[in-house]
Amino acid sequence: MAISRRHPAALFAVLAVALGTTGAAYAAVSAQAAPKATVASATQVDQGKQLFLEGCSSCHGMAAQGSSDGPSLIGVGSAAVDFQVGSGRMPMAGPGIQAVARKTQYNTSEIAALAAYVASLGPGPSIPTAEMVNTSGADLAMGGELFRTNCAQCHSASAKGGALSQGRWAPSLMNSNNKDVYEAMVSGPQSMPVFSDKTITPSEKKDIMLYLSELQKNESPGGFSLGRLGAVTEGLFIFVGGMAALMIVAVWIGARAR
Amino acid sequence: MSTTSSQSVSNPPATKGGAAAVYIDERLASSNFTKRLLDKVFPDHWSFMLGEIALYSFIILLLSGTYLTLWFKPSMTEIIYNGSYMPLKGVKMSEAYSSTLDISFDVRGGLLLRQIHHWAALFFVAAVSVHLLRVFFTGAFRKPREINWVIGTLLLVLAILEGFAGYSLPDDLLSGTGLRIAEGIMQAIPLVGTYLAMFLFGGEFPGTDFIPRLYSIHILLVPGILLALVTVHLIMVFYQKHTQFAGPGRTESNVVGYRLFPVYMAKAGGFFFIVFGITTLIAALVTINPVWMYGPYTPSQVTAGSQPDWYIGWLDGAVRLTPNWETNAFGHTISWNLLIPALIIPGIMFTALGLYPWIEAWVTGDKREHHLLDRPRNAPTRTGLGVLALTFYLILWISGGNDILATAFHLSINQITWSFRVLLFVAPPLAFVVTKRICLGLQRRDNDKLLHGYETGRVLRLPHGEFIEVHEPISTHAAAVILGKEDIAPLALEAAIDENGVRNPKAKKNATRARLSSWFYSDNVATPTDEELKAALEHQAHALHEAQEHSGAIEGH
Ligand code: HEC
Ligand code: HEC
Ligand code: HEM
Repeated sequence: MAISRRHPAALFAVLAVALGTTGAAYAAVSAQAAPKATVASATQVDQGKQLFLEGCSSCHGMAAQGSSDGPSLIGVGSAAVDFQVGSGRMPMAGPGIQAVARKTQYNTSEIAALAAYVASLGPGPSIPTAEMVNTSGADLAMGGELFRTNCAQCHSASAKGGALSQGRWAPSLMNSNNKDVYEAMVSGPQSMPVFSDKTITPSEKKDIMLYLSELQKNESPGGFSLGRLGAVTEGLFIFVGGMAALMIVAVWIGARAR
Repeated sequence: MSTTSSQSVSNPPATKGGAAAVYIDERLASSNFTKRLLDKVFPDHWSFMLGEIALYSFIILLLSGTYLTLWFKPSMTEIIYNGSYMPLKGVKMSEAYSSTLDISFDVRGGLLLRQIHHWAALFFVAAVSVHLLRVFFTGAFRKPREINWVIGTLLLVLAILEGFAGYSLPDDLLSGTGLRIAEGIMQAIPLVGTYLAMFLFGGEFPGTDFIPRLYSIHILLVPGILLALVTVHLIMVFYQKHTQFAGPGRTESNVVGYRLFPVYMAKAGGFFFIVFGITTLIAALVTINPVWMYGPYTPSQVTAGSQPDWYIGWLDGAVRLTPNWETNAFGHTISWNLLIPALIIPGIMFTALGLYPWIEAWVTGDKREHHLLDRPRNAPTRTGLGVLALTFYLILWISGGNDILATAFHLSINQITWSFRVLLFVAPPLAFVVTKRICLGLQRRDNDKLLHGYETGRVLRLPHGEFIEVHEPISTHAAAVILGKEDIAPLALEAAIDENGVRNPKAKKNATRARLSSWFYSDNVATPTDEELKAALEHQAHALHEAQEHSGAIEGH
């Protein structure tokens, strides 16, 4: 038969080609997703200023100097804007304990313009280049250590998120891409601390991103993960699932006895 | 099975089994004992199988635990992990943690056995707890079973301790965090606390001594005591005979049920395999305690959503609810924030639990033996008290997951904490009142059924146009169950001065007791007397007859 005569190496060849193209495509896409932090053109800054005056100045002030409704944005850098606006947190819907991530209100070039404008106001962390979020060659185990030391107390070791005080919360990181993670670390949104390149070096940031993408695969060698919420769901399960099943059997055996 | 007695030596038994029985009989003189054993009668009710679930999960724990001991290394020696779980490769960790990872990823069947062991542990404590509830709510703890109740309480405490010890062994981030809290609680004990913790941990936390020590406790000491106590517990059930619910032919002085052999044994054996099967099924399908995700324990790390196993949850919840109270006295700090929730409250709860049979007997003045169980509705005050305690426990338990609640429902953790603080004091008394009302309502309904029969759902039209629903007398079985209720009068108030004008020195104490006893019993609904019942039954028969006659008349038209 034709199938049995196929050379065993063929499978590997196909795999290699598939992996190669996927890798190349991924590189191309992620390069696009993270625009190069080139020097912004003057027109871009002007466009950004216009957008800012329309959409943001009511809270952040006409010159982004801040007001009672929002903090000053001078020196927060383009990374903060890209993170906040890209995740739909800004413009903030209204007063609340924590800005909620919603549908993004601006398109990619508008976000870039807003970011360029804010970056022009004072030096601050900028949007990472594709190189800065490329995790090939990063250290997975190191990433795990760093994640558990710096992030797990808020986002939980399984990256499922957790509660903070007064109704604030650290969100689940199961859908964050590398750029989000990088920008969150350098800008420290809301109750999250800033992890500057001094506290966590650029290469360590890559380790963390790699570890997070490992967690995001959501592999669960032990079977259903029960939402990875730990002992609370396990405890509920033993009563609602386990004890209930055994008691039904007990009632059934008891009923046979009559 | 042969029931051959020792005389049968002269005429040898026909079968091999018979021969074996004779062999054993002759050496152990056990034939009488064996025969009595096998003829022992056990009553049947599904709720009597809860203790069995506890027993079987204990056996599963012993078996699966033994397998784990073959691979687990209770050592705090630091090594570099080099197993097959990539995200931890090259990480420094204790041998305890690394061997747990090895069991999970590199030992054949290891992960399944680990999960069987942990799920069985959750099952064990759950079954023990529900079994306790059934014993409580049916009044099975009353004389002469008080001692067995105390043994049961000890078993519960030991089961919880055993679970906590096991949970702490792998030295992952969660178990280390739990131990850290346990150490804090130990240190909170005034005067001796710090020394106690130093002694147990062999120095500063975490140290290298504690895990090996905990290991001996977990695999030897506590299981040994558990095994011994379970044996005593079962022997006592055996000798005191199992209680039974009231029913036709069941009295305080007999036991109606199946012989131990063969019916009861077949059922119990079958049930063992069902418990084992369901535990294995769950373990094969559902993850429990994925230690690889938490990483090795380091005092500098902690994860959000750190939760203990469910049976420790109520203690964790109590700690979370207690405000941050501390007093400084004589250069010592007394940490009420740990002392109250982790030592005083559980201390009171377990003491009250263990002493409950005596407390109730004192209040009711009931010193008689009881072999017939109460239906929970027929002891409304006890049932109410049980639900009160259960509500208190449940609120503490839910508070242990306050952060998960906050995340899941987007609530403020501070508001949740405050609500539960209020609920902890308001909800239990409310639960008591509501439960008691429900019980009394059910008693009235029972009496109704007895006196007026049950509603058949058949509606008849009488000749003059009226509609009536046909009632029929309930079955003799149902009637016997209802009539099994005992009406007990509260203790009478003794006169403070007797007829001779002498002051009764015990009058004051007795007055309190009489008041308590009347609180316990007084609003019970009286069961119909024999005469009332007879009259009612005659009336029922008459009404039924009349209804049938009329319906005949209608049909005749
Ligand atoms: C309704 C008021 C409101 C509007 C409109 C609004 N913001 Fe904000 N913004 C806030 C508040 C309040 C915060 C502070 C949130 C916090 O840290 O808890 C904030 C924070 C930020 C930050 C983070 C600052 C830092 O220190 O990292 C950035 C960047 C930002 N806003 C950008 C924008 C941009 C760009 C727009 C317009 C598209 C916008 N905001 C519109 C209220 C607003
Ligand atoms: C003190 C608690 C805290 C710590 C520590 C912390 N975070 Fe956060 N993190 C937050 C909070 C709160 C938010 C949500 C901010 C918001 O909604 O604007 C957040 C948001 C994020 C987001 C954005 C998620 C989204 O929904 O888009 C990422 C990514 C993130 N954190 C990564 C990290 C990483 C990586 C670390 C460790 C290096 C870390 N965080 C440490 C509290 C924390
Ligand atoms: C290791 C844990 C335990 C095991 C293995 C166990 C096992 C059993 C079994 C098999 C029975 C007979 C069947 C039944 O009535 O369910 C029984 C009866 C009993 N148990 Fe337990 N039990 C445990 C814990 C407890 C606890 C925590 C209590 C209460 C504090 C308790 C109190 C009693 C009493 C009073 C009886 C006699 C019940 C009667 O005769 O109606 N036991 N136990």
